[in-house]
Amino acid sequence: MNRLSAENVTLAYDQRVIAEQLSVEIPDNSFTVIVGPNACGKSTLLRALSRMLKPSRGRVLLDGSVIQSMPAKKVARTLGLLPQSSIAPDGITVGDLVGRGRYPHQGLLRQWSAEDERVVRESMESTGVAELAERYVDELSGGQRQRVWIAMALAQQTPLLLLDEPTTYLDIQHQIDVLDLCAELHEEQGRTLVAVLHDLNHAARYATHLIALRAGEVIAEGAPADIVTAELVEEVFGLRCQVIDDPETGTPLVVPAARKARTRVAATGAS
Amino acid sequence: MKVMSDSAPRRSGASGSGARRPALRNRTVRTPGGLSVRVDVRGFTVVAGLLLAALTASVVLIGTGDFPIPAADVLRTLVGEGNQGQEFIVTELRLPRVLVGLLVGAALGLGGALFQSISRNPLGSPDVLGLAQGSTAGALVVIVLFSGTASQVTAGALAGGLATGLGIYLLAWKRGVHGYRLVLVGIGVAAIVTAVNGYLITKADLVDAARAVVWMTGSLNGRDWSQVEPLAWMCVTLVPLVLVNAPGLRMTEMGDDVSYALGVRVERLRMLLMVAAVLLTAGATAAAGPVGFVALTAPQLARRLTRSPGPNLVPSMCMGATLLITADLASQRAFGADQLPVGVVTGVLGGVYLLWLLVTERRAGRI
Repeated sequence: MNRLSAENVTLAYDQRVIAEQLSVEIPDNSFTVIVGPNACGKSTLLRALSRMLKPSRGRVLLDGSVIQSMPAKKVARTLGLLPQSSIAPDGITVGDLVGRGRYPHQGLLRQWSAEDERVVRESMESTGVAELAERYVDELSGGQRQRVWIAMALAQQTPLLLLDEPTTYLDIQHQIDVLDLCAELHEEQGRTLVAVLHDLNHAARYATHLIALRAGEVIAEGAPADIVTAELVEEVFGLRCQVIDDPETGTPLVVPAARKARTRVAATGAS
Repeated sequence: MKVMSDSAPRRSGASGSGARRPALRNRTVRTPGGLSVRVDVRGFTVVAGLLLAALTASVVLIGTGDFPIPAADVLRTLVGEGNQGQEFIVTELRLPRVLVGLLVGAALGLGGALFQSISRNPLGSPDVLGLAQGSTAGALVVIVLFSGTASQVTAGALAGGLATGLGIYLLAWKRGVHGYRLVLVGIGVAAIVTAVNGYLITKADLVDAARAVVWMTGSLNGRDWSQVEPLAWMCVTLVPLVLVNAPGLRMTEMGDDVSYALGVRVERLRMLLMVAAVLLTAGATAAAGPVGFVALTAPQLARRLTRSPGPNLVPSMCMGATLLITADLASQRAFGADQLPVGVVTGVLGGVYLLWLLVTERRAGRI
């Protein structure tokens, strides 16, 4: 039995249904990546797994309990989330922001323990922002800022960490930087990571477990090497492509077909 | 972890003019039993300074009036060692007025800080959101339509403030209350209630209208112990309740998702603190009238002094008390007792101070 799973959930915003009867298991100690075209419900699924969105039917289970019924701080000590939208308060320093990740471990008379201090320092060191501790968050670059937010989520010290498109708005070297960091957290610290990613090639390279969604349905799941094929990419994304071995890592690499090849196929397909 | 590739060169923080440096760090006190308390050194200093200023202004204010009393005598009387004449003037006439001023200022400062934090907008203060106008409407109804007594006016103002607070909350609620919607709805409500207030004044006869206008300016004149007691009870109940929830409120500044992920029950917290803020503001307004600008400026001033992110609840509260009592002192010193309602002075003082701060900060490149 895995620690986090969704059982037959129906996910909807008001009347707009995103997914019905969706079931997903997050394998323990995996780096699970959810992929799919825009509006397929991947972020919605992540929101449900992190209890931001209450399923209108079905349930999300964390350690065998329905996640909504658990005390908020207890969940926050087990499962962390790095959402897409976050606001750095005006005039906050990096150290202060990362320190706020300790909130679920604190109380009225346990405001800042030696443990808090140690964990915050370690979180900043493992994300490479320790030397920025005294700097203001709003004067950092986008890449640095994303590391600071990840450090904050790490300071929460949760065995499970969910990340909603952690590489959006970053340029290529910072995307790889953040993904390397995630892989490191997964491999060296043994955390279970779940991330929503846009880039299928990044997903195939870094994930140990891939979930491909289309229109609120799981089309395939498993190790990238086992499931990423040209057929799957066409089924999920509607894109003709070749899948070759990544020359660096040997993982599947999706190469979209040339424009001419694709239009010719579309033309013959229509006739 | 390898060294990050994008560590921009450090700005010449220490030497450059106008460079931003973080505030003094926190101090932590830990017991062997695993308890720990963290104190923001700068915030603590600011609070101590403000309390000292409020105390000084209070002592001078008690000594001010048709029978001036030297500060030393005021202090002697306050500890019960003064002569009878002074004792009567101090404890029966002037002390209650000062206490009402301090409590009203503190309540407005705290209410303003709560509203600004909840709406994530420095303009989201009770006087902008229509609460003050709602209290005014309640008071005007009692004055104009019923020619009620002073205590009935107070009750009317309280009811008007609470009803407006509830109305704003219901109108702004859509899967939770969010910053800008709260501000927009509040401004709309303020406009409507202001129109109603204008109508009520035009319906009033001359005596009632004069009484209404004095009330609407906000004044501490003639306040006695009967106003001190309910205000004190309100603060004693609500302030601890608010402060216990302050850490959660700090987290909500990072957005609903982040604070929710950290284990804050965002909507419940916001509702609880909004109720507290409405009660504080309505209670303060019922006691002294809609004293302008304190709720708007106190949190901003406090924040600039502490230079600390976060709602700055305690500094805002102390700033509100200091601001109001200093304004009352200024009005009495400059124009004589009972001449100029304190609301006029808070408006001028607070507004000028805020403008000055904005100008200096603009020069320092901070905004």
